[in-house]
Amino acid sequence: MTTIDSILLSLTYVFVFPGFLFLAFYGLFLQWLDRKLTAVMQNRVGPPWFQPAADFIKLVSKEMIVPEGCDMTMFKLLPYFAIAAVMTSILILPVWCAAPYSFQGDLVAVIYLLTIPTVTFFLAGWSSSSPYATIGAMRVLTQLFAYEVPLMLSLIGPAILAGTWNITEIAGFFTAHKTSMLPQLPGFLIALLALQGKLERVPFDMPHAKNEIVGGQFTEYSGRLLAFFYLAVDMEMVAGAALLNAVFLGGTLGFCGLAGFAVFLAKTLGIVFLLALIKVAMGRIRIDQMVRLCWQILAPLSLGQILLDVFLKLRIG
Amino acid sequence: MKKPARILGEVLGHLFIRKATSNYPFEKAVVDSRYRGKIAFEADKCIGCRMCIRACPAKAIDIQLSADQPAPAPAAEGAAPVPAKKKFDCIMSLDHCIYCAQCVDICPKKALLSTREFELATTDRKAMRLHYK
Amino acid sequence: MSKITIPFGPQHPALKEPVNFSLVMEGERVTESAINLGYNHRGVEKAAEERTYLQDIYLVERVCGICSHSHTTCYITCVEEIAKAEVPERAKAIRALVGELERVHSHLLWLGIAGYEMGFETLFMYSWRDREQVMDCLELVSGNRVHYGINAIGGVRRDISPAQKDEILKRLAILEERTKYYVKLGTEEATVLARTQNVGVLPHGKAIELGAVGPTARASDVKRDVRKDAPYLIYDKLDFNLVTANTNDVFGRLVVRVLELVESYKMIRQILNYLPEGPIAVKVPAKIGPGEAVNRYEAPRGEDIHYVKGNGTDKPDRVKVRAPTMANYASVSYMLNGGYLADAPMVIAAIDPCMSCTDRAMVCDKKDGKVRVYGWDDLRRMSIEHYKRKGVDFSKL
Repeated sequence: MTTIDSILLSLTYVFVFPGFLFLAFYGLFLQWLDRKLTAVMQNRVGPPWFQPAADFIKLVSKEMIVPEGCDMTMFKLLPYFAIAAVMTSILILPVWCAAPYSFQGDLVAVIYLLTIPTVTFFLAGWSSSSPYATIGAMRVLTQLFAYEVPLMLSLIGPAILAGTWNITEIAGFFTAHKTSMLPQLPGFLIALLALQGKLERVPFDMPHAKNEIVGGQFTEYSGRLLAFFYLAVDMEMVAGAALLNAVFLGGTLGFCGLAGFAVFLAKTLGIVFLLALIKVAMGRIRIDQMVRLCWQILAPLSLGQILLDVFLKLRIG
Repeated sequence: MKKPARILGEVLGHLFIRKATSNYPFEKAVVDSRYRGKIAFEADKCIGCRMCIRACPAKAIDIQLSADQPAPAPAAEGAAPVPAKKKFDCIMSLDHCIYCAQCVDICPKKALLSTREFELATTDRKAMRLHYK
Repeated sequence: MSKITIPFGPQHPALKEPVNFSLVMEGERVTESAINLGYNHRGVEKAAEERTYLQDIYLVERVCGICSHSHTTCYITCVEEIAKAEVPERAKAIRALVGELERVHSHLLWLGIAGYEMGFETLFMYSWRDREQVMDCLELVSGNRVHYGINAIGGVRRDISPAQKDEILKRLAILEERTKYYVKLGTEEATVLARTQNVGVLPHGKAIELGAVGPTARASDVKRDVRKDAPYLIYDKLDFNLVTANTNDVFGRLVVRVLELVESYKMIRQILNYLPEGPIAVKVPAKIGPGEAVNRYEAPRGEDIHYVKGNGTDKPDRVKVRAPTMANYASVSYMLNGGYLADAPMVIAAIDPCMSCTDRAMVCDKKDGKVRVYGWDDLRRMSIEHYKRKGVDFSKL
């Protein structure tokens, strides 16, 4: 029965915690942490803590220039679709205890929901009438076909071992059998690289490669729309880190409430540190090299990880 | 031989060492003792030969007769009056100057010297024209 | 696959200076390219005719920020040749020292730019941090970090004291160690190899035919270096290797530049040990000429040619500058065709482009096919008419 309390609770989940406000604040914080870590590892001072918020506010206050000949409605609505998809996906991931809405098969649902922002990037590039944006859009789609398969395969491995398609239950399985996390290490590394591709960070940032195609899919975006696109990317980082945390590292490790939230924060910070490390240590590769890397190296390795998990599952019984 | 992430060791090590950049406006920058910064003028040495104007590649310096001339020295008993040493002003355009210090080198009386000031940017156009008296 | 024409430049994040490459693309492959120059044309050669020889040193220096010493030294050698002045040995040694320090500075800067174009920001930050060492050396010697202004007609303006020599040697030791690391990094790191090998291929025959100079040509095994072919200053007394590579691609250019850094360190040590006693300049009269001279210099980017004609007054009659990037442009068009769009920034960065050195303006009348040269008054009249047509009010002129 739906009461005012349950409607209020749902609205809090969606807009405050773990919904929009939490995603926005934590996303901006993670952006700052990533930039600061990158700077220190490159021997620089780096931006102060309020820099991502200042960037967001500055972008929102700037004029929005919409190119002539582009698809107006799609151009203006796409950032909000991206944010909506990420907001939906965080409701299925365990942030402070069990996920607010979990069901059997929500692993597939989360993978699908996290694909939506990438499709909005493609449509953003496609609907701007600019040669740079068109090339950026084509690269987004090519990259999607490259990293999506290793990502899905590496997430299926732990699911097979845990014997369930429900993310909260997978996290619960690894909380109960903490030593089973060790054989998942190759799958975890593959998922990290695939997440780096999804977030379009070096070495996989060809879609919006500044040096080659100016802004890629975001070339014609400015002002408020660009601010929300960047916010969508930051939120995607939170959701991606939360997904990897839940599937490979045991979620909140059995704690609940404030303690569970603290465990979540600590582990997602660790994942972001690893992502920053990958970003700093490499240069950008070409799109054809990325497709070759994902299909010739990462996909077979993740298949190997699945076989290992099947073997372990048969051993456990 | 290909090694992915060869730079990883360096990068992790940098987490613990001193940073190479500084928070500039709040921490002062240090320049060498012979750095060529703003040009300063000593009016009591200048004889008005205007060699500096001829040497300047950027037409940044101008020497003019000063508005207030010193009074001539009192004449001795029975001697002819000695004319006073003329005083000259220097007008330096900081926005035209390229800080090459060619005027400093060429001045026969060493009336111009190179200082180490380089933080000369300002929002006031009139402050770019320095009038040394 | 349909063809799109992408304008690469003049405003583009990959380009440090404005130039336009019109790339015709099929998918991700570049099928044709056209080069349009002239965005940075400042009329330096014309302005040089209205200034004295002394003032022209500073004008010619500002043709380029990174190879400024190359331009001044080449120009001043021409002027001293016309004036038949004997430059003292110590001045030549100091000029060579600043020239080699400038080469170190330029190659470290290039390493950073190559890293940046590849998306490898860490290499960019590290190499520019190490570049600060050589900039401090240059500040010690000349008083400024770029645009050193150390040349005077007849010699140099500043001397080097033993204390400065020690400082330079100290920083050189740091640089040598860091360069050893960059050699290893450049030749072993997977993303660097992936982005530079087989990119921008320029075969040996094509390099000679298109007239490539500098590290661009030396990476295609063309053994040409002005310091060895026609030694100037004190290069005939220095012992160094001519660095070439035979991979014909951007990777070869990277290897050539990093190994040239090592050679430059050797040369700087030799020069500092060799510094002979003596005056640092001779007096040269203000009125020079009549006469003309041509001189070549190995700038960090390649062969730099200057021509000066004097007519007996204190202002030159004609100064002509042929910068190395001008010679390398033809090979860029050849290298871009058939490559990926993602390789275009790397190929352009690999010739170490310096548009400021290079730009030309030439007018070709389509109707009668004749080539005209416009003077000051013609250009001024044309621009006033152009803006009058656009409605700008000129009554106050």
